[in-house]
Parts: sequence; C-alpha cells; structure tokens
Amino acid sequence: MERKTKIHAEEGKQDLTITREFDLPVALLFRAYTEAGIVEQWMGTKVLKLENRQHGAYAFETSDPQGNVLFKAHGTIHDVVEDQKIVRTFEMDNAGFDAQLEFLDFDELTPHTSRLTMQIIYRSPSHREQQLKLPFSYGINMAHDRLQEIVSKLK
Amino acid sequence: MDLRRDVFQAIADPTRRAIITLLAVHAMTPGAIAAHFDSSRQTISKHIQILTECELLKQEQTGREIYYHLNPKKMKTIADFIEPFRNMWDDRFNKLEAVMKQYKTKK
Repeated sequence: MERKTKIHAEEGKQDLTITREFDLPVALLFRAYTEAGIVEQWMGTKVLKLENRQHGAYAFETSDPQGNVLFKAHGTIHDVVEDQKIVRTFEMDNAGFDAQLEFLDFDELTPHTSRLTMQIIYRSPSHREQQLKLPFSYGINMAHDRLQEIVSKLK
Repeated sequence: MDLRRDVFQAIADPTRRAIITLLAVHAMTPGAIAAHFDSSRQTISKHIQILTECELLKQEQTGREIYYHLNPKKMKTIADFIEPFRNMWDDRFNKLEAVMKQYKTKK
C-alpha cells in the first residue's frame, strides 16, 4: 500500500507535523477520534476515559494477554470544534518524556476525502528527538529479542 | 558519552544548522563559512569542529585549502530515525481508514 502519511520535522526544532489524507468524509475522520470504541480499534489500546469537550480528559492503557500493563498514556482536552479541530495534551505514563501539546486539524478536501494535520509540540528539541527515536529503538529491541530467541534455540 | 558527539545535540544549535544549510549547497573553506556569520572565526571553527566530530561534516584537502562538505551518510541517519516513526503513524492511520470504511458501510 502507498505510504500516505507525511512527517515534517525540521532539524533542531521542538515540534513536528504529521499529515495524512483519508479516503473518508471529514465527519467520519473526526468520529474516529471521538468514539472510544473506534479509537480502541485503530489505536490498538484500551480506552479508559475519553471526554471530548473543553476541560475534558482521556486515558489509554494497553496490556499484554497476561494482564501486564505495557503502555499507559493520558492527557487533557483543551478545545474541541466538531469536524474541525481538537487541541489536547499527551503524556506517556512513567516514560520520562514529559507532556506534549497536540493540535489536530481536520479538513474537508472533497465530500468523500479529508485531511488530518497533527502538530505536536514537545518540551525541547531533545525531547522531540527522544520521541522520534522511540519506534526506532523499539524496532531494534524487537530485532534483538528475535535474535536472542534464535540464539537460545541453538544452544 | 560525550554529548558533543551526539548528532542530535549537534543539530540542536541554530548556528550549526545554518552551517549545514550552507554546506548543503556546496563545499566551503572554514573562512568562507565564517564570512556568513557575525560570530568570531574562532566560534565558527568550534561549531565546525563539533559537526566534524559527530561526522556530519567531512574535510577534504584541495591544494592548500581545506574544504568542508556534508557527509550524506550521516545526514541519512537523521532521516532514518524518522522513518520508523512515520511507519508507526502510517500503520495506525491505515487501520483508522479501514475501520471507518467498515463503519460507513454498516450505517
């Protein structure tokens, strides 16, 4: 499948922008962010709380099949304009990355297509680099674990 | 770890980013680089040294002059960090699109 998601991250800055065009009407794209049951499906996490309104809050949690919590995140909702924008904070629990500010803009392109622009502002350029490296180091760890698995089978 | 050798620390500085931008066009001598800045030549050569230590810049001797140019391989490592991050979001958004298409037809 064609890679449609674009990341704009200027070197040394403390923010980045993620853009993506969807083959969906803007109202459906917006709903993907406001209905807990739907968020759970595409984010692959349990939604403990999702209050999409001014001064609302949200909390996500992902556990492995044994019930160990793998990922926990929360934030507060600053502003919501239906089918247009969400402004919120995001922080991963116990990760030491601090909070980030997220501006989500929903735009109608045609009656059947839409675009999401997500600007994320981190505390500092180095906080941003740490976050950027996260999936990278996760990938390395996965490869490392697999390697260890193979090696331990050889023994 | 020597923080100065960390590539992300190196590019966090605005002057060093400006040097990278200059050298993206063509290789330059330290004097020509310094001429673009108000800072002292010593300050600029310190920045060049840091960029060279973390291998973002490479030296090349041409006659009596030393030219600095970008090391594309190292510049690529910066881009490579972004790629897994982008893939993660792309996977999520592909799922979102698939879920909402289902949702649309169910309605």
